[in-house]
Amino acid sequence: MKIVYYVNQFFGQIGGEEKAGTPPQYVDKAVGPAGGFQTLIKDEAQVVGTIICGDNYFNEHKEVALKEILAMVKDSGADLFVAGPAFNAGRYGMACAQVSAAVQKELEIPALTGMYEENPGLEEARSEAYVIKTGDSAGTMRKALPLMAALGLKLLKKVAPGLPSEDGYFAQGRRVTVFSDKRGSVRAVEMLLKRLAEEPFVTELPMPVFDNVPPAQAIADLSKATIALVTSGGIVPLGNPDRIQSASAQKWGKYDISGKKALKGDFYTIHGGYDPVYANAYADRVAPLDVLYELKEEGIIGDVYPYFYTTTGTGTSVASSVAFGKEIGKELKEAGVSGVLLTST
Amino acid sequence: MVKEIERYGIPIIHMATITTISQSVGANRIVPTVAIPYPVGDPSMNEKDEHELRRDLVLRAVKALGVNVEGPTQFE
Amino acid sequence: MKLEHGHIYIKDIVLGDKTQVEGGVLTVDAQALIAHLKEDNKVKNVKVDLARPGEEIRIIPVKDVIEPRVKVIGEGNGFPGVTSKIAQMGEGKVHILSGVAIVTIGDIVGFQEGVIDMWGEGAKWTPFSKTLNIVVDIEPVEGLDPHVHERTVRFAGLRAAEFIGFAGKDVEPDEVLVYEIGTQVEETAKYPDLPRVAYVEMLISQGLLHDGYIYGVNSQQILPTLLHPNEELDNAVISGNCVAACDKITTYQHQNNAVILDLYKEHGKTINFIGVILTPELTTLEGKFRTCDYTAKLCVNLGADAVIISEEGYGNPDSDLVMICKRCEQKGIKTVLITDECSGWDGMSQPLTDMAEEAVAVISTGNVSHVVELTAAKKVLGVAEAIYTLAGGWEGCIAEDGSMKCELNAVIGSTSEIGYHNCTVELY
Repeated sequence: MKIVYYVNQFFGQIGGEEKAGTPPQYVDKAVGPAGGFQTLIKDEAQVVGTIICGDNYFNEHKEVALKEILAMVKDSGADLFVAGPAFNAGRYGMACAQVSAAVQKELEIPALTGMYEENPGLEEARSEAYVIKTGDSAGTMRKALPLMAALGLKLLKKVAPGLPSEDGYFAQGRRVTVFSDKRGSVRAVEMLLKRLAEEPFVTELPMPVFDNVPPAQAIADLSKATIALVTSGGIVPLGNPDRIQSASAQKWGKYDISGKKALKGDFYTIHGGYDPVYANAYADRVAPLDVLYELKEEGIIGDVYPYFYTTTGTGTSVASSVAFGKEIGKELKEAGVSGVLLTST
Repeated sequence: MVKEIERYGIPIIHMATITTISQSVGANRIVPTVAIPYPVGDPSMNEKDEHELRRDLVLRAVKALGVNVEGPTQFE
Repeated sequence: MKLEHGHIYIKDIVLGDKTQVEGGVLTVDAQALIAHLKEDNKVKNVKVDLARPGEEIRIIPVKDVIEPRVKVIGEGNGFPGVTSKIAQMGEGKVHILSGVAIVTIGDIVGFQEGVIDMWGEGAKWTPFSKTLNIVVDIEPVEGLDPHVHERTVRFAGLRAAEFIGFAGKDVEPDEVLVYEIGTQVEETAKYPDLPRVAYVEMLISQGLLHDGYIYGVNSQQILPTLLHPNEELDNAVISGNCVAACDKITTYQHQNNAVILDLYKEHGKTINFIGVILTPELTTLEGKFRTCDYTAKLCVNLGADAVIISEEGYGNPDSDLVMICKRCEQKGIKTVLITDECSGWDGMSQPLTDMAEEAVAVISTGNVSHVVELTAAKKVLGVAEAIYTLAGGWEGCIAEDGSMKCELNAVIGSTSEIGYHNCTVELY
């Protein structure tokens, strides 16, 4: 049986961020993690090829990239498709997720990937493909691969996967009716007794998440509005005075930009997730103060809020992002800001 | 971050390249941008053209703050 | 209150000349039963059949399931306020033909009727494949309006259970189970340190085939009310043949309410079981607010430390369920909810229509939209094609070979929200 593997430019051993724009290529051997995967599954199946694609290429040319990659998978005659693991790398995660989902859905070839629970790719893939739970960095590769190999073998042999907790994957969201060895009323009484004894218990129906924020009212008169500029692109004053982390940020920064016409020259990026050259040359390419200032001068907007807020989005936990948003939002609300322009990289 | 700020009732425009993430996260006003390392720029252009491009995107974003939406909406 | 359940374990049922129990075998005089039911001039015809566990019989469309009993000590034989004079229930002794059920079928009244398979795959999904069923097919006279039609059929079932139950009057029970809980003052004095637990049983109260009855009173017309658990175990509460088949609380399930029985087992050991609150599920928002406030208030006034809340039906009652939960939790009362879910054929949809973050402890009794495939029956009691119009079936869901697909929605008692059955949901 045949396996085709997908990795990015880094794990495909082509290069780092500078090669992130590389289009997909097919190599007819196991490269990088594919080699480890091959070792784990022994001779039960063979990794016949590795597809290597730059993260930026994929994310910026998604339709073309998907088409090319799907064609490669199809031509290979694979019985199983494996991508990643992407750990907490957002762009790599999105690529692994979308390719896996498409392979499963369009080619109907079982697809498997792996990533960290906060990777934004997770939601793109989990309902279609199987996504193994991994740690947040490549340091956990040795834990991730055996789980992926074990589930991969099940998928190859058409053995129904066990519960997510048994096989180490993220629940796909399928709620399957099964028989319990106890009737419902007994389970209810037992759960009640646990609650009364303040012992741990597991609900059988976690409340569904209705996580939509109602859209805020539009600004009635832009010419009187104060607009704040916020970015998760890691743009900070030269020297990074507050030592904001380049990845997995634990804090945000706030900098006085009153009277400034642009960020260019005084600001640069400390973001660890993208090629910094262009932002360092011209920080307004990430946080466009220059145009906002122009629009203010022209009277299209009333004012630019005198403080600029910034943090790094890459690898930053959802919990942290939520906390940052709450703290920043509170300040902006209290300052009477009319609207926010937030850029992400 | 986007949603948390919007929870205060402040309209927010999310300028992002990977808009699928933006959609997954649940931003209500989204402007698709150019590329990850330069969302509102393009180093391959001359300075004047690049500025026009950025101006176009930012103006679109600012105007989107003046538009009421029902749910996640892309301003393309 | 002290109630004794004298169980006469029935091993088999047969048709014969005299309705009686001998050596654990119940003989049913079908002609006498039919004559009894036809005393109601709205009943035109009655047919009686038997269905035993394992027989390749499909019963459809099932309206209600009732346990045959007779009161031997104390007042109130039958179903007071419905088939007999009003009486205070919950005390005395009843004899139960244990293992036997009256199953009513006949002309379809609404979409809320269901199927029982006595064998194979279908049998796994309903608790009423394990009972010895006396299937009563009721044909009312023509021209009845739907409410009268429903009432006629409902009463016929109850009267059949009363008639058959009488056969146990002079039979020595095989086992006697005693249910005794005193006044709150007495129980609190006995168990001052045990947590006080109430049971909130929600009853659908939304019109034709959607009402539960308490001593004959339609639950639509009540404010939430307090019962001694024994009253429900003694025929005070009956089904209005309501909601989808999968989670309607049939009369049989009220008579043997699983939550009440399982709380009783813990009474005096780990908890002080302080009572049952019956709560209607109304159709207006104001009504829901009123009953939910009122229910939480009763729990607070009873000094409850914890409650089990069971739903009946799904959809709009999900709102009532989580509102009661929210109100109780906010008053410091711990809750466990029992509900089923509507997660779609593939199980990928949102399981509930409403939510509350306070609902942290929930028992799921299955996805009502789970599709089951049932093989062809050798014998159908009733009308197989009724499935086309029932909730959970659809036009053409019966294949040419007689096999049939349907959602659990259509299978009686499959996702019982009083936890009478074993279904649950695992997240894959």
